[in-house]
Amino acid sequence: MGEVASQQVDAQPARTGRLLRVLKQLLRDPASALGSAIFVIFFIVALIGPWIAPYGANEQIPGSARQAPSIEHPFGTDILGRDVFSRVLLGARDVLTLAGVGTLVAVIAGTIIGLVSGYQGGWLDEVIMRLFDSLLALPAFLLALLLLGSLGPSRNSVLLVIAVVYTPIVARVIRSVVLGVKTRGYVEAARVQGETYPHMLFREIFPSTLPALAVEAALRFSYAIFLVASLGFLGVGVQPPSPDWGLMVQEGRANVTQTPWALIAPAAAIAIVVIGVNLVSDRLKSILQIPAELRR
Amino acid sequence: MWRYFLRRLGFLLLTLVVTSIIIFLVTRWLPGDVARVILGREAGEAAVAQVREELGLDDPLPVQYVDWVRGFVVGEWGLSYSTRTEILPLVTQRLRNSLMLAVVTLVLAVPLAVGLGVLAGLNEDRWVDSLISVASLSVVGLPEFVTGLILIQVFAFGFGLFPATSLISPDAGFFEALPSLILPAVTAMLVLLAYIARLVRSGVIEELKQPYVRTAALKGLPYRTVVVRHVLRNALLPAVTVLAISIGWLVSGLIVVENVFNYPGMGRLFIFAVDRRDLPLIQALTMVTVLIFAFANLLADMAYALLNPQIRLGE
Repeated sequence: MGEVASQQVDAQPARTGRLLRVLKQLLRDPASALGSAIFVIFFIVALIGPWIAPYGANEQIPGSARQAPSIEHPFGTDILGRDVFSRVLLGARDVLTLAGVGTLVAVIAGTIIGLVSGYQGGWLDEVIMRLFDSLLALPAFLLALLLLGSLGPSRNSVLLVIAVVYTPIVARVIRSVVLGVKTRGYVEAARVQGETYPHMLFREIFPSTLPALAVEAALRFSYAIFLVASLGFLGVGVQPPSPDWGLMVQEGRANVTQTPWALIAPAAAIAIVVIGVNLVSDRLKSILQIPAELRR
Repeated sequence: MWRYFLRRLGFLLLTLVVTSIIIFLVTRWLPGDVARVILGREAGEAAVAQVREELGLDDPLPVQYVDWVRGFVVGEWGLSYSTRTEILPLVTQRLRNSLMLAVVTLVLAVPLAVGLGVLAGLNEDRWVDSLISVASLSVVGLPEFVTGLILIQVFAFGFGLFPATSLISPDAGFFEALPSLILPAVTAMLVLLAYIARLVRSGVIEELKQPYVRTAALKGLPYRTVVVRHVLRNALLPAVTVLAISIGWLVSGLIVVENVFNYPGMGRLFIFAVDRRDLPLIQALTMVTVLIFAFANLLADMAYALLNPQIRLGE
């Protein structure tokens, strides 16, 4: 028992060291450094948006509708006289919470299911994987729309949709990693030692899934931003008057001849954030050496 | 070969059954009072009772499921509650339009994507490759509605080359509709393009590392022959399965693209149905899409098997 404990103490600094190394490699490559910078800025804006936005998201500034970008209104104002810059800033939090929390739920649920399914094997694994195969027989976007039609469009529905759509995908990735490591010597040794089930899953096997999990989480996050924005644009996601970026594009589009900036600003915001996350996840794949069959 | 085919077909049918159960549960059981959802909050008790009767909502769930599947198979798809019309003719007409758009998209996307992927793969880490990688990464980052809106601005309003919306008459012929199809197809193509090209690229790079390439080169075959006769043949084989995966992307891409261009296809009907929470219409649209998706996958698998001697010859 004492030996295991000392091993864990040793393992901890090694892991943080590895994290630092990965970060260093990310920042050395110009493309992924740019991606990381975009993500950090986006994250900060999402956190402090309400304090730095000059106007409220739905504050109609009297007598200043349809104004072109100026010092007063960096991204102009929309047809209702709302400050587009403020709305984009405040919308960042929406995107981060919906896409971020949705992805987080999917990653946690997918990891647990993937670990249990892969480690346990047998009929349980068979049933879970067949069920997930059938869920994945529906293209992700279709499943999202199906759920939204059934639950009715709202913020909570969007959150649930992201979690439900991405859980099976994460679970499959984790499971295939588990299948690769569960017959390794150190895992067998721990089992023979009589370690408890949670210990086996989370202490022995889980660390090996971390590289694949990191890449998958980054990838899912960028798809989730995409999904939230697309659903908003289609009018079946977050409902007005939220400053959701996709929704803003839809509203801006209706008045594109009068206020093109109200369309361009949120569209550019979506594009920049998704490209930033993609640059990071793309580089992570090669740093962490994810085998080809787990890449998508 | 036949045994492989039959096994795949059986697997497909099983998947369809499970998927149809999922669709049924999501649309019949998840929303709670289905009749209420369809008619909205203001509807009278009598109307709700009538819908409940029409859909057989008072039967036990398994009975409802069997009824629903039977109806779908024999073509009794019921009424859409938001348009008050038969669902079957509505969906088939929109399906035809969506398929026209899908065909144009694939015809544009596949040759171009394979060409770019091969070009990038053969020039790994040279400037051509970097250019293609950066361009495709940027395109992947742009949602279809953003690229679509940019294309409309440039080519419809800027140069006046194509119509900005694709409001074709419901039964327009293919060539009559073609001008309105170009912009939406290009929009849908861009995402596919980036995705397929990246996969083809990594296939070519993998293949170039194989020992047989060196052998072929060492025995004096010209580079061009090695690439065309050996490398591409092997590298493009996996691209066939990519085609199947891209059908899935195409399905989601087209839903957005059709809405950007107001094109009267299944995707626009789908959003209309979700917006009105027209559950019977949603069910029919999902089932049709899943069927197409599943059979496209089967076809791609078959093509792969036909082209791959390991599967074609081995039992």
